[in-house]
Amino acid sequence: MEHTDLLIDWSRAQFALTALYHWLFVPLTLGLTFIIAIMETIYVRTGDIWWKKTTQFWMTLLAINFAIGLATGIIMEFEFGTNWSNYSWIVGDIFGAPLAIEGLMAFFMESTFFAVMFFGWDKVSKKMHLLSTWLVAIGSNLSALWILIANGWMQHPVGMHFNPDTARNEMENFTEVIFNPNAVSKFLHTVSSGYVLASLFVIGISAWYLLKKRDIMFAKRSMIVAASFGLITSLFLLNSGDESAFQVAQQQPMKLAAMEGLYQGESRAGIIAIGLLNNEKTLGDDKDVFDFKLEIPNALSFLGYHSLSAFVPGIEDMLYGNEEQHIMSVKDKIILGKKAVSALKDYKEAKREGNQEKAQQALKTFEKNQSYMGYGYLKKPEDAVPNVALSFYSFHTMVGLGTWFLILFIIVLYFAMINEIEHKKWVLFAALFSIPLGYVAQEAGWIVAEAGRQPWAIQDLLPVGMAVSNVASTSVMITFWLFAILFTGLLIAEIKIMLKQIKIGPEGEH
Amino acid sequence: MHLIQKIYFFYYEGFKSMQVGKKLWVLIGIKLFILFAVIKWIYFPNYLETHFQTDEERSHYMLNQLTKEN
Repeated sequence: MEHTDLLIDWSRAQFALTALYHWLFVPLTLGLTFIIAIMETIYVRTGDIWWKKTTQFWMTLLAINFAIGLATGIIMEFEFGTNWSNYSWIVGDIFGAPLAIEGLMAFFMESTFFAVMFFGWDKVSKKMHLLSTWLVAIGSNLSALWILIANGWMQHPVGMHFNPDTARNEMENFTEVIFNPNAVSKFLHTVSSGYVLASLFVIGISAWYLLKKRDIMFAKRSMIVAASFGLITSLFLLNSGDESAFQVAQQQPMKLAAMEGLYQGESRAGIIAIGLLNNEKTLGDDKDVFDFKLEIPNALSFLGYHSLSAFVPGIEDMLYGNEEQHIMSVKDKIILGKKAVSALKDYKEAKREGNQEKAQQALKTFEKNQSYMGYGYLKKPEDAVPNVALSFYSFHTMVGLGTWFLILFIIVLYFAMINEIEHKKWVLFAALFSIPLGYVAQEAGWIVAEAGRQPWAIQDLLPVGMAVSNVASTSVMITFWLFAILFTGLLIAEIKIMLKQIKIGPEGEH
Repeated sequence: MHLIQKIYFFYYEGFKSMQVGKKLWVLIGIKLFILFAVIKWIYFPNYLETHFQTDEERSHYMLNQLTKEN
């Protein structure tokens, strides 16, 4: 069976579907656990029973989200073994170790302290209960850490050595893997985006209560906590986003160029604040990239290289090469990549023949060109370019919405603090409708990170076309639809149960 | 034994007194059944585990995959 484009496309679509659905549930848990922990801390410090009721209400919504989202990530692990077996084998223990730690940590911390958090209100001391709530928040965030370390390695593989005898990457330096700058910035940016989403969720639902003129005190208190948390974490999100973009510029310049629709590199490059891509633009032609654009001068140079005058390479600089800037073309990288692949083949054959001298020579050639190995599998240089429109629009959607959320938190906090929030209907409606926008921003962020990384499964080393298993595309297609139905069902169930609980309100049963 | 009993009753009473939680546990049960008893076994056998017996065979297969002509 051949690796047809159809198989690759269905495998990618299936993974994207499961990851995007999984990501609907995770960020809310990451952030809501902290908001609940803050609320319970206020309860323990003040002894005000209202704060206990407030905490318990948000805890119930957390439980619904947690229960529906539970194990949706497991499907991705099934997919690794079936659809992405080449990838799973090649990443070896580098991917396996963080995922195993995540599994154990999630199981022990969540099953133990989650139970105390929900069942222990009258059975353990207030302080013990509070400690459990904080540990659930910290534990769920630490789970995300290990997943993002694994993902960071795919974006910027470090701390490993490729074993040509087993065709696996072996971990050489665990510290390098966990402190991979790409993983660190990705973790901080991802979890802080979860905090922002959870803040939007609490503010939006509280706004609904105020619009309905019910549970006023509960809603206002919840809003103040969530808007304060959202404002602080939005600033952190901004900062971690800056660091993330810096890492992308250093390690994945093609992704950065696609995110900004930058075809030809320039010094003092600007950021497109708002832009509409020209659909007729193709690689290598001299058509305008944008039909319309509003640009912030020098900002991309600063964002990517922390210098206002830095040169930011464009897609075509990397594709066709730029001697002046010492940028090697993809065509040249493909030649070196093919040398690496050919040397690996020679090594394998020499080992089989028992010819040690030939094997050592081949190994030397392989190691010299190994960093370009992935390029050896590309059919043509243009394959190294990700989908520009998808990367550009996802990135700008994420950034635009992130900016809006920061403004919203300031407005909500201001009116809540001066005790005017229930009279500002436009703010309440804006807060309510910002809940789905929070999810849109989350999904757009995932698309930027993962679609922008294409064609690579492991940056520069393994393209997705080589990562897929030799399975029938029809079976992947069937499971794609099966998951689409299952996840949509789960999402409908979550929304229905949650809406019912919101209508019952904080005074009802939990 | 006393500690084990305490833990048992902690969970027992916790589950018993749940309101919304009961519905959620039913949902979790159905979901886990679909995931592990249906989807995993029917649609998601581990490709390398089921096609090859040893790690040596898997390595050999992967090296062939990585070095075959494009």
